Amino acid sequence: MSTILETRGLTRTFGAVVAAKDLNVQIAQGEIVGVIGSNGAGKTTFINMVTGYLPPSSGDILFDGNSVIGRQPRAITRMGMARSFQVAQLFPKLTVMENALVSLVAAEGPRPSFFRPLDTPERRERADAIFAEFGVSRYRDALVSTVPQGARKLVDIAMALVSQPRMLLLDEPTSGVSIEEKFALMDTVMAVVRQHGVTVLFVEHDMEIVARYVTRIMAFYSGEIIADGPPREVLSDARVQELVIGHHLDINALGEAA
Amino acid sequence: MSSFLAILIDGAIYASWLFLVAAGLTIIYGVMRVLNMAHGSFYAIGAYSAASLVGWYFSGEQQGSPYWSYALLVGCALVAGAIVGIAIEQGLLRFLHGRDEILMVIVTYALLLILEDATKLLWGVDPYFAWQPYRLLGQTAVGEGLRFANYDLALIAVSILIGLAAWFALNRTNKGRLLRAVIHDREIAVAMGVNVNAMFAATFAIGAVLGALAGALTAPAISVTPGIGVEVIVLAFAVVVVGGLGSIGGAAAGAVLVGLSRSFAVHVAPEVELFVIYGVMFLVLAIRPQGLFGQTLARRI
Amino acid sequence: MSILKNFSSPTPPALLAAAAVLAAGAWVLPAWLTFLLTLAFAKALVVLGVVIQMRAGLVSFGQALFYCVGGYGAGLGAQYLGLTDAFALLAVGTVAAVAVALVCGFLLTRYREIFYAMLTLALSMILYGVLVKSSALGSTDGFNVAPPSFLGWVPGGVEKKRAIYLLTVLIALGVALAFHRFLESGLGRVTEAVRENEIRVEYLGLSPRWLLFANYVAAAGVSALGGGLTALATGHIDPDMAFWTTSGEFVFIAILGGTGHVVAPFIGAIVFSVIRTFAIQEAPNLWQMTLGIILLALVLFLPKGLWSLVQRRRREIAATSGQPATEASQSPKGISSPISEKGVRA
Repeated sequence: MSTILETRGLTRTFGAVVAAKDLNVQIAQGEIVGVIGSNGAGKTTFINMVTGYLPPSSGDILFDGNSVIGRQPRAITRMGMARSFQVAQLFPKLTVMENALVSLVAAEGPRPSFFRPLDTPERRERADAIFAEFGVSRYRDALVSTVPQGARKLVDIAMALVSQPRMLLLDEPTSGVSIEEKFALMDTVMAVVRQHGVTVLFVEHDMEIVARYVTRIMAFYSGEIIADGPPREVLSDARVQELVIGHHLDINALGEAA
Repeated sequence: MSSFLAILIDGAIYASWLFLVAAGLTIIYGVMRVLNMAHGSFYAIGAYSAASLVGWYFSGEQQGSPYWSYALLVGCALVAGAIVGIAIEQGLLRFLHGRDEILMVIVTYALLLILEDATKLLWGVDPYFAWQPYRLLGQTAVGEGLRFANYDLALIAVSILIGLAAWFALNRTNKGRLLRAVIHDREIAVAMGVNVNAMFAATFAIGAVLGALAGALTAPAISVTPGIGVEVIVLAFAVVVVGGLGSIGGAAAGAVLVGLSRSFAVHVAPEVELFVIYGVMFLVLAIRPQGLFGQTLARRI
Repeated sequence: MSILKNFSSPTPPALLAAAAVLAAGAWVLPAWLTFLLTLAFAKALVVLGVVIQMRAGLVSFGQALFYCVGGYGAGLGAQYLGLTDAFALLAVGTVAAVAVALVCGFLLTRYREIFYAMLTLALSMILYGVLVKSSALGSTDGFNVAPPSFLGWVPGGVEKKRAIYLLTVLIALGVALAFHRFLESGLGRVTEAVRENEIRVEYLGLSPRWLLFANYVAAAGVSALGGGLTALATGHIDPDMAFWTTSGEFVFIAILGGTGHVVAPFIGAIVFSVIRTFAIQEAPNLWQMTLGIILLALVLFLPKGLWSLVQRRRREIAATSGQPATEASQSPKGISSPISEKGVRA
C-alpha cells in the first residue's frame, strides 16, 4: 500500500526541551495507528506539527508526497488531512446543526458566498445523515454548550470528517469521556472511519482502547519513538512497559486488534 | 543645536506628563484586566478639585505661604481619587470581576459618560484657573533664548519619583509581591489565600489616585474646562498600548517614545502633531503587537 | 417547513412595507421628524457596520473613521470635483472608505478584543488629527456641503429636505435587504463562527483573517454611506465626525438595538435620536449621564439589546399559539452579543 504520511528527521525543541527528536515515520493508506506515551512524551506536538499548528525546528513532513512545511492548517486541511482535538473545538453558542452547517459550507470551498444562505435543505439533509452516522441526532437543535461531553467529542470528530479527508488525526478522542462511554464512542467513530476508508492516527492513554482498535502502535518517550509495530509486539516490549505503561501489562487480557 | 535641546526638554516634559496620566491606567489593567476608560474622568476630577481648591486658597485673605498650594494639589488628588476610585470599585466593578475585557471597556465607557456630566454638575461649565503654583516657581534659561517653566521641569522629577515608587512597591514590598502573584496567575493566587477582592479594591484606588494626581498636577498649567478627560484618555491609551498593557516600565518607555516623537513633530512639522502620536502607536503595534514590554500567551489546543 | 423557511423569510416584505410607510410619511410627518429620521437612519447604517463586526466578535471603537470618510468624501467631491449628484457624492465617500479599509484591514485583522478596539480608535483619531491640522480640508471648522441634485433634478425649498429623506429611506431599505441576506449567508454565518472559535474555523479549511477582512470592508462601506447621507442632510462636515466619542455613540446604539437582526440598529438609532432630542432640550448637561446610565443598565440587564425584547415576545406568541417557530424565534443564532458574558478568563 502506498504511503500517505511520512516524516523525515522531524525535530522540535522548546528551549532546552526536545519534544520531537528526529522522527522518521511512514504511515500507509488505510492504517489505524495508535500513538501512546506518557504526558509530555511529544504526542500532541507530533499532531500539531503534522497539521501545521506548530512549525517544526527541522525536518520534513510529506502528505501524499507533498511537503506541508510552511503551510497553514487550513491549507493542510484542504489537502485532505483533518484532525480532532483533546478538548472539543466547537462553536459553543451555536446549535449542533449550525456547527455542522458551517463545516459543510467550509468543505465546499475557501470563500463562502456573500449571498447564498448558509441554511439550505440540501445541507440540512447532509448534516442529518452525518448526525445519524454518529448517533447524535437527538442533539441536533441543542446549543453545543448544553450537550454532554461524549456527544461533543463525537460532533468534533464528525466536523473533521465533513471535508471527507483521507487522513484523520484524533488527539485523545476519549479524554474527558466516562469509562462506560469510551468504548461506545470509539465503536461509533471506528465504524464510520472504516466505512469511509480513512487512514487514522490517534493518541490515546487507555491501553485497552488502543489494543482493541489499532493495527499498529507507535510508543513515544521524551520526543522519540521507542517502539513501532503491531500492537501485540509493542505492548509486550519491555522498554514500553517500563517507560510508557509504567507496569507489566498482560497483553492476553486485552482485546485483540480488530 | 538649541532646537535639538528644545526638542529634548519639551519631549521630556511631555513624556513625564504622559507617564503621570498613563501610570494609573496601566496598573489597573495589569492587575484587574480592566482597560479603564473612566481614567480620563479621574484625571478631570483631580484637575477640577485642585483648580477650585487652589483658586479658593489664593482668592481669600489667607496668610499662609503660597507654597502650601502644592500640598493642596497633592492632598486633594489623594482624597478625590481615593473616594471616587473606591466608590466605583465597591459599588460596581466588584460585581463584574473576571468578566470579558471588552465588556469592561464598555462598562467603564459608561462610567466616563456619567462622570463627565457629574463633574459639570459639580463645577459648572466655566473654566477654572489655578496658575499661581505654576508661576511661583519661575523660569530657567537654558542656552540662548530657551526658557522653561520650573514647574514643568519639576514635573519630570515628580514622575520619575512616582515611577520609582511604583517599581519599589511592586518589587521590594510584600504587598507588591502578592500583587505580582495576582497579575501572574489569579487562580493560583486565590488558591494560596490571597484576598483578591481587597487587592483589586486597593489597586483601583491607587490607579484612581494616580489619575487624579495627574490632573491635579496639570491643573496649574492649563485652563480646566469640560472635556479634558475625554481628550486625555486616548493619549493615555496610546502610551500604554505602545509600552505594553499592564507594564509600568512599558508605560515609561511608551511615554518617552510618544513624548519625544510629539515634541519632534511640534518643532519640525507642527501640522502632524496628533498624527505622530497615533502613528507611533500604530507602527509599534504593527511590528510588536503586544507592545514594547508586553507578553504574549500562546493558546494550547 | 424548513424549505419554506429559507425562501419565505418574513423580513424582506416587512422591510418593504416599513419603507413604503416611511416614504409616504415624507408628505405627512412634520419636517423636524423627517429630519430626525433622516439622521437616525444614516446613523443606523454606520451602526450596522459596528454590528456586523460585533457579530464577528470584534468591537470597533473607531467606526467614526468611515463615517467621517464617507462624509468628507461627499463634501470634498462637491468642493473639489464639482460633483453635485447625490448618488455620485455618496459613491465617492464609499469608494474612499472601502479603499481605506482595504489597507487598514490588512493590519487590523491581526488583532482581537481590546487591541482591536484600541487600534480602530487610534485610526479614527489619526484622521481626526489630520483634519484638524489641515486648512485645505477646513481645519477644525470643517466646511459646508451644498444641497445636492438627484440624477439631474434640482429640488428647491422644502423639496430639498424631503428628497434627502426619501433617498435615505431608499438606501436604508436597499442596505437592510442586502444585509439581511448577508447575515443569513454562508459568509455571514461563518464569520459568527469565527467569534466562537477561530481554531476550529481554521481547521475547517477557512481563513479567519480573510473572513474578518471581508467583514471589515463591508462594514466600512456601509458606514461610509451613513456618513455621506449625514453630510448631505446636515449640509455640514467637521472633524468631530472622526472623534472617538462619535464612535462611542455608534457602539452605544449597537448595544441599545442589539445584534440579533438587521433592523435592530435602526430601532436603536431611532430610540437614541429621540432620547437625545428630548434630553438636549430638557437638560443638556445631563445628556451624557443619561447615556451612561442607560448603557450600564443595558450591559447589566439587557445585554442583547432592545431586539431581544422583540424576540422574546415573538417566542411567547409562537408558544401560546402552538405555531412552529418562525425565523427569528427559532434557534438563538446570532443573538449572542460580544458583550455577553464569556465567562472567567484563565
